[in-house]
Amino acid sequence: MNHTAELIMEKHHDPVGARIGMWLFLFTELLLFGGLFLLYAIYLHNHPEDFHYGSSHLNQFVGALNTIILLTSSLTMVLSVAMLQRRKENLAVLFLVLTFLLGAFFLLNKYFEWSAKISHGLYPGSDVLLSRSYGEVLFFGLYYVMTGLHALHVLIGMVVMLFLLRFVTKKRAKVAALLPADLEQFQGKRLYLADEQGRRIWESEPLGDSVREVAVVVDGVRTKEHWKANVIKFENAGLYWHLVDIIWIFLFPLFYLIAM
Amino acid sequence: MANGVVEGIAIDRSFWEERSRYRGILSWILSTDHKRIGILYLSSMIVFFLVAVGIGVLMRLEMISPGETIVSAQTYNQLFTLHGMIMIFLFIIPGIPAVFGNFFLPLQIGAKDVAFPRLNLLSWWLYMLGACLALLSLFVGNGPADTGWTFYAPYSIRTGTNVTIAVIAGFILGFSSILTGLNFLTTIHRLRAPGMKWFRMPLFVWSLYATGWIQILATPILGITLALIVVERVLGVGIFDPAKGGDPVLYQHLFWIYSHPAVYIMVLPAMGVISEIIPTFVRRTIFGYKMIAFSSMAIAFVGYLVWGHHMYTSGISDTSRMAFSFLTFLVAIPSAVKVFNWLATMYKGSIDFQPPFLYGISFMFLFTIGGLTGLILGALATDIHVHDTYFVVAHFHYTMFGGAGFIFFAALHYWGPKMFGRMYNKKLSYYAWGLLFVGFNTLYMSMFILGYKGMPRRYYYYLPEFHNLQVSATVGSWILVAGILLMFGNLIYGFWKGEKASQNPWGGTTLEWQVATPPPLENFHKIPVVETEPYDHRHKFREVK
Repeated sequence: MNHTAELIMEKHHDPVGARIGMWLFLFTELLLFGGLFLLYAIYLHNHPEDFHYGSSHLNQFVGALNTIILLTSSLTMVLSVAMLQRRKENLAVLFLVLTFLLGAFFLLNKYFEWSAKISHGLYPGSDVLLSRSYGEVLFFGLYYVMTGLHALHVLIGMVVMLFLLRFVTKKRAKVAALLPADLEQFQGKRLYLADEQGRRIWESEPLGDSVREVAVVVDGVRTKEHWKANVIKFENAGLYWHLVDIIWIFLFPLFYLIAM
Repeated sequence: MANGVVEGIAIDRSFWEERSRYRGILSWILSTDHKRIGILYLSSMIVFFLVAVGIGVLMRLEMISPGETIVSAQTYNQLFTLHGMIMIFLFIIPGIPAVFGNFFLPLQIGAKDVAFPRLNLLSWWLYMLGACLALLSLFVGNGPADTGWTFYAPYSIRTGTNVTIAVIAGFILGFSSILTGLNFLTTIHRLRAPGMKWFRMPLFVWSLYATGWIQILATPILGITLALIVVERVLGVGIFDPAKGGDPVLYQHLFWIYSHPAVYIMVLPAMGVISEIIPTFVRRTIFGYKMIAFSSMAIAFVGYLVWGHHMYTSGISDTSRMAFSFLTFLVAIPSAVKVFNWLATMYKGSIDFQPPFLYGISFMFLFTIGGLTGLILGALATDIHVHDTYFVVAHFHYTMFGGAGFIFFAALHYWGPKMFGRMYNKKLSYYAWGLLFVGFNTLYMSMFILGYKGMPRRYYYYLPEFHNLQVSATVGSWILVAGILLMFGNLIYGFWKGEKASQNPWGGTTLEWQVATPPPLENFHKIPVVETEPYDHRHKFREVK
């Protein structure tokens, strides 16, 4: 029976493979933003003065604050991963929650910042904006698209953290299982549980065709397998969060600082 | 006893009879088995392919006489957009990797599955979601997009048709393609059987490796470009809108930065499949293994830098046009390296003209025509003459349909018996090939001449002097479609009711022929140890009748 249990388990643990997959995914994210950075570079080249003027409308203080928030959140993310690697699950949860809150704080600032711009009539397609020069229209267009896509990534990162939280707090493990393919030969047979004297304390109905899995599930424990799988998930989520951070590191000067 | 159970799974039961947590249709659409996912892709893809073929036949029928024949001009625009979108995004881009790559990559490298089986299933789901959205765009609002499959701005921003939904569908399909590429790359890096060094991998695996890199590095650019079209349509940001200072030519750049490498996503796996088929049917090892492998990587790399040849008439500078033209000629070199290596493989081989081989070498013939006419298009002076004419249409049908499409059929004939465990009627598949080949050349050779004489693509009306050739193209499309229907009819009947196929019907030497037909759930009872190069035919001739 151990054999079959191994059979379902063996697929999962290849930390190197998981990391390769994640890095490849991060490449695709870089290229996704890369297209936008390319557009930014070309339009900055075509309208340097307008971009300068547009940038002076942005609030450098809020931008800097958000930069600090995101950088700090990267630190707490690293700490969370490091704690989990040392099997300090509770501290890992604490830092994960902190990271989540910092992400939320970032989005809150973004919300106020955007609302202020929109209340001044600076949003795509508005009459105020369209009466300005081409360069400014493009600057604010790119501002909303790029910081918007970045904010979407922050949001996705936070959803990922909620999943991590669920994985790391789950205390239930499947330690052995009979796969459906093997169950066939036990059809019509019964399962029972016996105590140390061999008395049957519980007996199942005969196994019919509708039974698809027989498993032993243990409550209240965290197995080593479970922990290993979580470490991989945390590391990969951490990589993603740092990517989101790095993209912001480039967005901040390109939009907020070029007028200074 | 426990051991016996494990053996029972691996040896006796094929993946068709696999018992999982779910039953009925759920045991397919929720299965993470790479073989079942391959079959899912295959069945959905054939449906989309036949729909797009039907649209193509309608378009040809419309062009049989000048002016309105069966549909209005607006409908004609929507038909060619749909034909292009379905053929490109739903059939030929995912095509060979998603069907045959999924099914045979793990088998060929001696693995039990791909690296991320659940991600693999997710990419099929995304594929179906994208397909459903594309379908939805037919029935809501102002009908399907009429922009052509390229969605060029600013028209795609202004038109009232359902561009938004179609473009979102394209975005989702792109995501599905990225996930497949990512999965295959990781699988090839991590799950090769012991002894399977990089240069012992079958060449199909090499081509999937090169394709995976293009999928990962090019598709996100399409993603952001299509997303920007949606943003333009919904919010009116102005990035590609000249009325607001944007530059539509930048849209073309971004679009082709993906869509040119995408043609290599379509054709590289096909080149991999033929590198499998030729050694098997000539009973020789492949000539120039390393050169074929490297040329796949070279095509993937250089193919990145040639997108500008789609834009010679868009007003880009002469310097960049010359650079793009030079790079376009450069990319012909690795392609030619492959063709000559395949030819050299056949030299003095004992050639066995089985159906897969026949379909395979017609690829070489058709693709060579497509490739050489590509050079005419890649040269600046001649391109200006034939730009945006039927010549271009004929060129990419020779490379995509004559290339990747024919190889898709060849792969069905080659690996189909392995996948379904049954053999088709070979005689009928020869007849079907005859119809396909004659119909194909009648249709697209007429288009070459039409284009050379100046018939622009996507036009609804045409001058009377083009009439004869338009008629011959349309007649060609009927012969072609008869061939397609006969071929699929024969294959479907064969795979359903045909006689049982043996474990190695063609005498192939790669690992997929060493497992049962159809393969068992876990592929290999014991992971094989690889000791020789993939196409070692020295000891094989005894086994083959």
